[in-house]
Amino acid sequence: MANRANIFDVRAARARCRKYRRRILDISQNVSALHIGGAFSCTEIVDCIYFGLMRKANPGGTSPDTFLMSKGHGCMIQYVILEDLGVLSRADLEAYCTPAGRLGAHPDYGNPGIEASTGALGHGLSMVVGMALAERGRGTGGIVYSVLSDGEVQEGSTWEAVLMASSLKLANIVAFVDNNDFQSLGRTSVTHPSFYPLAEKFRAFGWETVEVDGHDNGAIHEAVISREGGRPLMVCAKTTKGKGVSYMENVPIWHYRSPNKEEYAQAIAELECQS
Amino acid sequence: MRNTFSEALYEAAKRNPDIYIVVSDISPAGSMAKFSAEYPDRFINVGVAEQSMIGICAGLALKGCQPFAYTIATFSLYRPFEMVRDDLCYQNLPVTVVGMGAGVIYSTLGGTHHTQEDIAVAGAIPNMQIIAPCDPAECTSATRWCATQRNGPVYLRIGKAGEPVLTKGAEPWTFGKVRYLRRGADVCILTYGCIAKMAAEVADRLQEKGKSVSLVSVHTLKPLDRQGIIDALRHHPQVIVIEEHAPQGGLAPQTKQIAWDIKAECRLDTFTLEDEFIHNYGGWESLLGAHGLSTEQILAKVA
Repeated sequence: MANRANIFDVRAARARCRKYRRRILDISQNVSALHIGGAFSCTEIVDCIYFGLMRKANPGGTSPDTFLMSKGHGCMIQYVILEDLGVLSRADLEAYCTPAGRLGAHPDYGNPGIEASTGALGHGLSMVVGMALAERGRGTGGIVYSVLSDGEVQEGSTWEAVLMASSLKLANIVAFVDNNDFQSLGRTSVTHPSFYPLAEKFRAFGWETVEVDGHDNGAIHEAVISREGGRPLMVCAKTTKGKGVSYMENVPIWHYRSPNKEEYAQAIAELECQS
Repeated sequence: MRNTFSEALYEAAKRNPDIYIVVSDISPAGSMAKFSAEYPDRFINVGVAEQSMIGICAGLALKGCQPFAYTIATFSLYRPFEMVRDDLCYQNLPVTVVGMGAGVIYSTLGGTHHTQEDIAVAGAIPNMQIIAPCDPAECTSATRWCATQRNGPVYLRIGKAGEPVLTKGAEPWTFGKVRYLRRGADVCILTYGCIAKMAAEVADRLQEKGKSVSLVSVHTLKPLDRQGIIDALRHHPQVIVIEEHAPQGGLAPQTKQIAWDIKAECRLDTFTLEDEFIHNYGGWESLLGAHGLSTEQILAKVA
């Protein structure tokens, strides 16, 4: 892995993440709902995958690596990054969730930069296993990155894939779990006290694991590039749902709804004060 | 059929390094041992994890591969249904989901191992194609087609072992087209899958009674060869549908609908499984007979 460690400018990454949160807030004013809390909890993770981990495309080509957003409801952060990279257009983002647009509240395969249709939870990791198998079979060296919600780790299908990934020794899988400890009806730790310890469960299934502050851009990057390798890697990223906007943090209503004008202004003001 | 499926897939895999088979704790007999020995990286056994089986196939297909998922029909379609719908059909990926031992072939294992409604279930999903070959040779043709097609997902509904050859001398197999196994003028029997053996016996008996009988393998259930069905309805004074499937969503109701649409004037009799689970643990024929599907019961109603 070390030979693919891009130089990751943490200061620049922080600036990008502020910019992406502002962009998502701007888009929120066009629609009544857009899964803002879950997008903000994985902002730093997805930024690191695109800018610190996935190898750059050759001119005219595509990256040898793949990103699959398993927690499809977090796709707003993916959309704004793809816009920033020029893969999606400003018009695409402005038409989000409108009859004229092609982007919905979950990613759809076939749209630029979207590797799989997700939204129903517990599907992503098995597709990641298949993709990683194909990359290994062709000897491409391609790595498949994914972000799962902690909610979808409750799906039995996720555990089927966890088992398969290690049984097949797919070292070219890097799966982040966006561990914000929230799901629709409240805290995961309340609904499922036995959910934790989480990383140990993946380790028991044969994965390499690491726990990290999921909003620490540099720590996320370091956690992956310093991995031992030889097994699939699970990064248990401790995050805060709605991160970056005080009134959204850890408040379940912001799983889905958009801020009104006053709330929007406050959120922008708070982001302006962050460094 | 599973042996000819295995042989056809093995031959296809020799030519195409992108062909994978993902099985769920069950292996197609015969040539699949050669496949797994020669291409261990392309023979994936997920164990008892059917949701993962389908998702892995989707991931392989998203990378351009040509995967097959294989297990007993109920576990290949029902257990991982949302994966079949979302991962394969919604994304329209060229994955073949093989339902082995479909219908009530696993006759002694109880209703948990029957697929009485699989055509209806699979056929309700957009993008899904459905093929149910009538004999081992037709299974070979269908498997070869599945190994190269790029249209989208396929549910390949096959039998298990011991099916007789019914297609010797028949016209060539073409995806999406009905196939006449024999041609007659008085009666046309439309059928598919393993129960075609019974349909052939009914045809033989009707011929013994002096009838001129067409026997047609409607191997492609989706997309259904509407024009082929129309021609059968228009060119025979009597049409009989025999299928190993519930009365809803299979060939019988679709044939009736087409007949209504074209104001067909022929007599039309349909024979299907009933809309009931089967609590009978005898042989395959015994289970079918409990739902009115036997040569004698059919002849008593159509002759």
